[in-house]
Amino acid sequence: MSKLFGNSSPDGEERRRFLRSVLWGGAMATASLLGFIPVVKRWTERLRPPGAIVEHEFLAACIKCGQCVQVCPVQAIKLGDAKDGYGLGVPYIDARTQACDFSCDALQCILACPTGALNHTLSAKEQVHMGLARLSNPDGCLARQGKGFKGQARGANFPGIHRYAEVDRWKPIPIADHPYDLESCDLCVRECPIKGAISMQPMTDDPADRRRTPVIAADCTGCGMCEMICPAEVPVLTIEPRAVWRA
Amino acid sequence: MKKLLDGFLVMLGKTPVRPETYSPEAQAILDAKRTPAAREERKRLIAEEKAAGHKSHFWRNWRWISIILVNLLFVLSFRIDIQVVEGALTGSRFVGFHMADLNSALQVMLAYKHVVINLVIGTSTVLFLWWLAGGRTFCAWVCPYHLLAEIAEQIHLKLAAKGLVKDHPLHRGTRSVLYVIFALLAVATGYTVFEFISPVGILSRAFTYGASIALVWVGFLLLIEVFYSRRFWCRYICPIGMTYGVVGAFSPVKVTYDMEKCLHEGECRKVCMVPHVLSMTRMGYADEAKMDIGADCTRCGMCVEVCPTKALKFEIKGLSKLL
Repeated sequence: MSKLFGNSSPDGEERRRFLRSVLWGGAMATASLLGFIPVVKRWTERLRPPGAIVEHEFLAACIKCGQCVQVCPVQAIKLGDAKDGYGLGVPYIDARTQACDFSCDALQCILACPTGALNHTLSAKEQVHMGLARLSNPDGCLARQGKGFKGQARGANFPGIHRYAEVDRWKPIPIADHPYDLESCDLCVRECPIKGAISMQPMTDDPADRRRTPVIAADCTGCGMCEMICPAEVPVLTIEPRAVWRA
Repeated sequence: MKKLLDGFLVMLGKTPVRPETYSPEAQAILDAKRTPAAREERKRLIAEEKAAGHKSHFWRNWRWISIILVNLLFVLSFRIDIQVVEGALTGSRFVGFHMADLNSALQVMLAYKHVVINLVIGTSTVLFLWWLAGGRTFCAWVCPYHLLAEIAEQIHLKLAAKGLVKDHPLHRGTRSVLYVIFALLAVATGYTVFEFISPVGILSRAFTYGASIALVWVGFLLLIEVFYSRRFWCRYICPIGMTYGVVGAFSPVKVTYDMEKCLHEGECRKVCMVPHVLSMTRMGYADEAKMDIGADCTRCGMCVEVCPTKALKFEIKGLSKLL
């Protein structure tokens, strides 16, 4: 062992070097463990891209390369930062800013993933389960107040994009470039990319009552399109990541 | 075989020792070098060389171009969509073929506990490539942190020359211990723990996908290197370098040493990031007349540039004999 620590020196430099090594080596190991804090304390509960496997396995399997970011046609995928702990460099989606609207049709992010952190066995958007939309701000809902909506869903300066099949089958356009004029607001239902995932239901049996409420069905994939398009100040529907549907 | 094993041990942290026996050829050269006349001649040559102010940055310039170009390719592949290497240094596709950084792939497999087939493909490609190119060649020719650390090193040396800072070396075995610790942490926690502090991944992602707060950590490491310990991260901490070092142990691309030409003035060891691999350049430390530089060598070429007698040079094993 003494060989490992070089020739002994009279001035104690060798001993100091050993202590320095333990101290700084320990500091680096400790720094790497700090990534635990955000994970354990759940500072960031992220909506993950389509096909993401169970969260703790997802953080392990992801090689943090961002290839999923590169292929997304609406640039919905972002990478986690230091405050994500071991989620540093791991992809997530901030649905309110830019949701996944399955513009790519073929789950490009899953195909791009080199490690299977995004599950390769998924082949259709209907199989995706990122989370579930929840009615988190019912009082803000225009439909529940029987109101319509006119104008740009998220204002003139909103940078988010969406593929409107009736405008351009292939190319997503800014939501700000696609104003609406709706007698009764149903943006969340209208722009939902999954058939039957959300519907507007009357709030009473009275046919004269124009009030409607959005109802989420089991088919909801949690893509977040409804959260992005909702014109209310605080979105009426928000995605609860990885939530499981219950009747 | 014994050479290889010793090279490994030195990489793991062993201090190189003076050999007890020499090959007959090495012994003859050594005896010739130890005559007073030879000593005087060496002194004269060194003085002459110092007066001439021999300076070359040939390899460094090519290396910097290489680092910038490779990292730029990653950035442009995404930013202007030229699609040559998509991803980051941790994992990518090179014109569609999977590439995975060996250490990142290892961390993922240890944490995830699955053998991911694409990663096996990706690591095989990378393994072959870096075996061919020399293992830690990755560090000196591709790693963006290496370039920043080189600049930090120059600042450190300037400040040290003025007596403003002092180098605080660590034991090189620190890296070996940390290598095991990071591997164990990945297995035990199920997270790719090392990736949280890897400046290589942080930088590579920041170039392509935009700045992150994590860059503060990279800045902190650079500050350590400027003010406290020369080449702190690359010398004593980084497990990526160690992984590639193992790969490069068997590589055909080597820096080789010719004892006969050597003046033993030690300029090479002064510029080297891993001077322990150049221990044979000390008088009496080479047991053979011609030797290969060990696995930890990054093939950066600084010693080749600085050597006035071309005792150190790049060689491609097998090919050099053919040419």
